[in-house]
Amino acid sequence: MSRHFRVWRGDSSGGEIRDYDVDVNDGEVVLDIIHRIQATQAPDLACRWNCKAGKCGSCSMEINGKPRLGCMTRMSTFEESETVTITPLRAFPVIRDLVTDVSFNYTKARETPAFSPPEGLAPGEYRMQQIDVERSQEFRKCIECFLCQNTCHVVRDHEENKEAFSGPRSFIRAAELDMHPLDARSDRKEYAQAHQGLGYCNITKCCSEVCPEHIKITDNAIIPLKERVVDRRYDPLVWLGRKIFRRDQLAEAPQVGAGPDAHLDVGEMLSTQSGGPSPFGDDQTFPLTEITYQHPAPGSPSRDS
Amino acid sequence: MTTTVSRPGAKRAAIAARTLRTDRWWLAPLITFAGLSAWVLYATVRVFMHKWYYVPDFHYLTPFYSPCLTDRCVEGSAEFGTPLPSFWLIPEAAFTLPFLLLFRLTCYYYRKAYYRAFWLSPPACAVPDAHAKYTGETRFPLVFQNLHRYAFYAATIISVINTWDAIRSFGTGFGLGNVILTANVVMLWAYTLSCHSCRHIAGGRLKHFSKHPVRYRFWTFVSKLNARHMLLAWVTLGTLALTDFYVMALAAGWWPDLRFIS
Ligand code: SF4
Ligand code: SF4
Ligand code: FES
Ligand code: FES
Repeated sequence: MSRHFRVWRGDSSGGEIRDYDVDVNDGEVVLDIIHRIQATQAPDLACRWNCKAGKCGSCSMEINGKPRLGCMTRMSTFEESETVTITPLRAFPVIRDLVTDVSFNYTKARETPAFSPPEGLAPGEYRMQQIDVERSQEFRKCIECFLCQNTCHVVRDHEENKEAFSGPRSFIRAAELDMHPLDARSDRKEYAQAHQGLGYCNITKCCSEVCPEHIKITDNAIIPLKERVVDRRYDPLVWLGRKIFRRDQLAEAPQVGAGPDAHLDVGEMLSTQSGGPSPFGDDQTFPLTEITYQHPAPGSPSRDS
Repeated sequence: MTTTVSRPGAKRAAIAARTLRTDRWWLAPLITFAGLSAWVLYATVRVFMHKWYYVPDFHYLTPFYSPCLTDRCVEGSAEFGTPLPSFWLIPEAAFTLPFLLLFRLTCYYYRKAYYRAFWLSPPACAVPDAHAKYTGETRFPLVFQNLHRYAFYAATIISVINTWDAIRSFGTGFGLGNVILTANVVMLWAYTLSCHSCRHIAGGRLKHFSKHPVRYRFWTFVSKLNARHMLLAWVTLGTLALTDFYVMALAAGWWPDLRFIS
């Protein structure tokens, strides 16, 4: 069955929405249609994708005006006669057709202070209880599709806020680390308030509405962070204490290694190795000689029974 | 390692339409606008009516006049004395209403509702903000949304007073009015306890749940309620208006209370 589609074509110098009539088969998703357009009508149509399973976060696009994953939007959710309009993410600069430059999000990610383990605990010695890490684990589901960042009106409708505002994806990272049982840093909430622009968020929940991983971004990360800021900043008792003892704890709090531009050092450049510390300790060479993996023979009892 | 080549001057896709959404995205903000406006109108009229708020026979006091504190309070309705003068601008419950207003105004759910429906910032997701400038809650006056925590404490105390009103009304028997008053108080408690600030105080602020098993359970309980916070916000608007209307109808003599035991 042939259906009508409109796809935005162009680059940063301009573009337009073009019409395509494409066959749709049962069980297909929007990404399949893009691929069919590439195969049959427009071989130069640019689109980013990888897994086609909703797990890599590459195929973010706007389908009938709604930010969604192309590979997770079933054609069966539209009427047969409905025209489907596909455009690139609006909040980021376009590279070509459906491909946008999402580096804003990586810049903001690098400005977020990394996990900081307690002193004297070497990698490999970390012990945590499940109920303590549970809350943080919800945020680990993030596939970095940046649909939330794209939908958030703070930057979508106000380009000038991009400098001050890091966006919901950064807030769940900040919340994840602030709630992490082994994170030793205690100033993450102040950091989120002062340098990530937490106050710009007016909790209208569009990030939660579009998140394909159904992370409760606003309820479980942003509002708890705001409440944690209230604990420190707007509590009248704390304020009174500060007035009486003439001590501004906030001003004294170290600026978590931020430079004069309020940006943090890029950890990877200062470290002797790229990437985070190894769970086996940093003094290991690979392949590991002391750790052996014994693969159970088929049919033998499993290790934890 | 990610490479993030910045491309100065790179522009967003030139899409003429302000939004390409084809669903009825304007419906939810419209309903919110109509619902909240209607409620505020009703409540304002009732608060400044200064009559039909108390049924002496059965001790029914509407939550809009509780606790009754002005010299105008009819016989039996004032439980805490009448320190306030009778001036038409002063509501009977002048000590509680401002805090309740603050509580609901700074509530995280109502904020979402009126930012979307009244302020259009944004009216719906992926629909442009109606304003040219935007600073969110970073400065005066919206930075005062952070007072929500304290409004929550006040609202808890007021819920206790409302509970007392409901209990007192059982002194003279049992009627439909008791059911309505009690249901309202139960919903008010559910709404108040489902508050995000309450969730934070209950246990959300802890780093190690394993060290605080009791607070963890309380937090789990509040979290479950909290997931329904929006529903409870609307339900309590409904029960508040209904309770008040029922008491008004009885006090004005429009119909008699349905008594089960008297
Ligand atoms: S809730 Fe906050 S972060 Fe999320 S989309 Fe709305 S304004 Fe942006
Ligand atoms: S939080 Fe959700 S919407 Fe945002 S980047 Fe992660 S998966 Fe995507
Ligand atoms: S292609 Fe990987 S999420 Fe869609
Ligand atoms: S009452 Fe709604 S969040 Fe507190």
